[in-house]
Amino acid sequence: MPHFPILTLITFSPLIGILIIPFIPKAKESLVKWVALISTLPALGLAVKLFLDFDRTTKAIQMAEGPIDWIKPFHIQYYMGIDGLSVTMVILTALISTICIIASWGIEKQVKGYFTLFLLLETGMMGTFLALDFFLFFIFWEIMLLPMYFLIGIWGGPRREYAAIKFFLYTLAGSVLMLLVLIAFYLYSDGHTFNLIALQDPKLHLGPLSSHGIRLACWIGLFIAFAIKVPVFPFHTWLPDAHVEAPTAISVILAGILLKLGTYGILRFNYQLFPDITVELVKWVAVLGVINIIYGALCAMAQKDFKKLIAYSSVSHMGFVLLGIASLTAEGITGGVMQMFNHGTITAQLFLIVGIIYDRAHHRDINGFGGLATAMPKYAVWTTIAFFAALGLPGLSGFISEALIFLGSFKNWPGLTAVAVTSVVLTAAYMLWTLQRVFLGPLNEKYKDYPDINGREVLCLLPLAIIVLAMGVYPKPLINMMSVSLKGINEVLVPYGAKVASVLGM
Amino acid sequence: MHVLDNTASLWYFLPELLLSAVFVLLFVIDLPKSWSEKRLLTPIVAAIGLVAYMGLTAYSWDFPKAAAFHGMIIVDPFTNFFRIFSALTALVTIFYSLKAKELAMAGAEYWAILLGIVIGMPMLAASNNLLMIYLAMEIVSILSYIMVGYLPNSRRSVFLESNPAERLPLFVGLLMAFAGFGYKISAVPFHMWAPDVYEGAPTPVTAFLSVGPKAAGFGIVLRFIYTALTQHHGEEFVPLKYVDISSLLSLFAIATMVLGNLLAIQQKNIKRFLAYSSIAHAGYMLMAAAALNVMALQAILFYLLTYFIMNLGAFGVAILIQNDLGTEEIDGYKGLAKRGGRALWISIAMLMFLFSLTGLPPFIGFVGKFYLFAAVLDAKLYALALIGVLNSVVSLYYYARVVKVMFFDDPADERSLAKDSRGLSTLLFGLAAATVVFGLFWKSLALLSQSSANMMF
Repeated sequence: MPHFPILTLITFSPLIGILIIPFIPKAKESLVKWVALISTLPALGLAVKLFLDFDRTTKAIQMAEGPIDWIKPFHIQYYMGIDGLSVTMVILTALISTICIIASWGIEKQVKGYFTLFLLLETGMMGTFLALDFFLFFIFWEIMLLPMYFLIGIWGGPRREYAAIKFFLYTLAGSVLMLLVLIAFYLYSDGHTFNLIALQDPKLHLGPLSSHGIRLACWIGLFIAFAIKVPVFPFHTWLPDAHVEAPTAISVILAGILLKLGTYGILRFNYQLFPDITVELVKWVAVLGVINIIYGALCAMAQKDFKKLIAYSSVSHMGFVLLGIASLTAEGITGGVMQMFNHGTITAQLFLIVGIIYDRAHHRDINGFGGLATAMPKYAVWTTIAFFAALGLPGLSGFISEALIFLGSFKNWPGLTAVAVTSVVLTAAYMLWTLQRVFLGPLNEKYKDYPDINGREVLCLLPLAIIVLAMGVYPKPLINMMSVSLKGINEVLVPYGAKVASVLGM
Repeated sequence: MHVLDNTASLWYFLPELLLSAVFVLLFVIDLPKSWSEKRLLTPIVAAIGLVAYMGLTAYSWDFPKAAAFHGMIIVDPFTNFFRIFSALTALVTIFYSLKAKELAMAGAEYWAILLGIVIGMPMLAASNNLLMIYLAMEIVSILSYIMVGYLPNSRRSVFLESNPAERLPLFVGLLMAFAGFGYKISAVPFHMWAPDVYEGAPTPVTAFLSVGPKAAGFGIVLRFIYTALTQHHGEEFVPLKYVDISSLLSLFAIATMVLGNLLAIQQKNIKRFLAYSSIAHAGYMLMAAAALNVMALQAILFYLLTYFIMNLGAFGVAILIQNDLGTEEIDGYKGLAKRGGRALWISIAMLMFLFSLTGLPPFIGFVGKFYLFAAVLDAKLYALALIGVLNSVVSLYYYARVVKVMFFDDPADERSLAKDSRGLSTLLFGLAAATVVFGLFWKSLALLSQSSANMMF
């Protein structure tokens, strides 16, 4: 009995806009923005429905559509489904996408092209989180690249072409490694299936795919593919370029959603398809996580460009996710995935905030500001909320996930965790120092007449701030949605010698 | 397999006989002055001949496999695949040639030569005898030579594919045989002629050469490897003991991919650019050939089909731009997408061809590469596969450069595309749509290449 195809609709509903936009006459270009906004709303509405209907008591795949044969002789199927790992990401994607359309209202260059590509990007992201067939996943994964390349390359800053191709090349370099793993499954999985859920059964891994060396190579291939996206040191160098050159809304999408695809992929593929290798190498994931945390924070501290600072803070914050999922504790993994969600909402605000001041000042030199709190008091308040959330102030959501991560990872990696904890100080240092340089001190005369934050900008920030506050005080709805599934992911590792643990009895 | 005598063989040779008749007919109908002035008459007759040729091929598709003319050629689905492929390529070439301004004066002999090559190409894939290989190769080479030089009123110099090596496979060993084939498929180090010829020839001829003879070259390479140099046990092929055929092919493949890709990066002329890109693609196909399994055979045939769509598409855009903007330089594509009207859609079509050539989904080129790499991995040639995929990444760099020029840069002047290129645009949009439609639903193409490959034995 076919049920309401909510996941297919949530993925493909943005495409409605793509079908309408080309037919809007050039004279009525403002209509394009409205059409784009309206075509993201069904996905947002369905995301709310997902939130309400999601069964929090099972780790099984829910609301599945398919598997339906797509290319039958080659066992490629259309298979979408959701679990505690992906549900929060889908909701985040829907929310951020709508906000970013609003944040893109100021786009004036080639309006039709921008919003068409944007909507295509949303479909790509949704599909990547929801696809449960490896082949389907790969197609969605690659489909995201094209719009991103153009969005950075056409609407970006001065070095946009360099940043766009660098982003494209880095990601493709990872993708081709993933392609080889995809082919390995095509050749050596029992029944030649690409079904990611079925493939969790190691009995389906035949031939070379059951040998240790090949599994190790596959794990590393997948890990590099996802690590480039996260980005994990030393694959991170595309990120500052792409973030800095991309237009505001696209930076928000990049940091808010695309980076999460990396850690999502590690949990969905590395952890569940190759649990044996994961147990073997998880220590190195933790090490890389800590490097990311510290290195990202130190780089952020050294930046003079406001946007680059935020970009490096993302490197640091995504390191927390790695450390969390490498902890092999229920708390750590839950904290990690929660950090994915929280970082999505927090960093989105940070990039929006940078965009707001850039729209007015047309530069981002932190030392070039000063005393802005006098000229733009409301803006200062919004910035402070986001900054405090980013540095993990108790009462805001960032604190909860970081605390869970440290709590979990300390159990298995006490030394690494001790190193990572120092970043709390580093983060506070660069965040507060930035706050001080931009908002405090004597007001630079140039900025005296700047208009304060306007209604549209508040509309973008408000929902995110509410979530950050609410999840900081009462994170239970979020934790409940993911914890059963994540516990399941963790327990899969036990037969392979992992000492999984639970600190709080989660 | 039946070995047929000459008379019995004629039945299997019907398509070629028909095409030979059309070949002669073209000259005959060009004789009366009133007829030869009708410019469209000869190409249309040639096209009808090609369609009839395909019809006869389809009709004979289910004939039992036979060694015709006392075993000189093998007629089987593999041969038929190349018959259809050659005819389709020629049909598109006829269309391109009619649309290309530089070939406005093409006479009956031009179309006849094209048909002659179509006769030769499947024969290359069908050859079962070294002498036959030589004959087929000469048919294709000599006629190609005339086509390359076919530019009435042009003083452009043309470098000829000078390949004395072609004569050698008759006398010496394997390496020399590959040298001969290497010229046809433009594999490194036998590729030197390609960029010069591609640049110098009229663009429709270049388009034809980059697809037709190259495919035919792969036809004979595969026929040669899989019948003369290996014995097959079920799905696997065991190379003859005294020569490591797989390593030899791997070496050729790596050199061809790497050099093709690296040299493509610095090209400024779109035709030279596509020449080097086509060298790289020959490398990808050779890479699969090194796998020596049935899967590789299917993968290469499938890839030729995808290559047909995307490469002819890219050349079609080159012809259109040459007609309307009068440039062959990549710089001339600057801001093409911003020139308004149809130019945007042509740029999008070009983008689809280029990203398909890169091997990105959802375009057909991705599926083609998927099967090539699957064959290589199945043969456990892991290092070769890794080099292959990294080459794909490099190729993105130069394909994306053209995309960048079209979409990111600003046009140098205000011109847009001419109105009268609508017919050509329509074909291009059709090919562009095919890259996506077959990129998402490629079952039919895969089954076709599967059946053509499986019945070879």
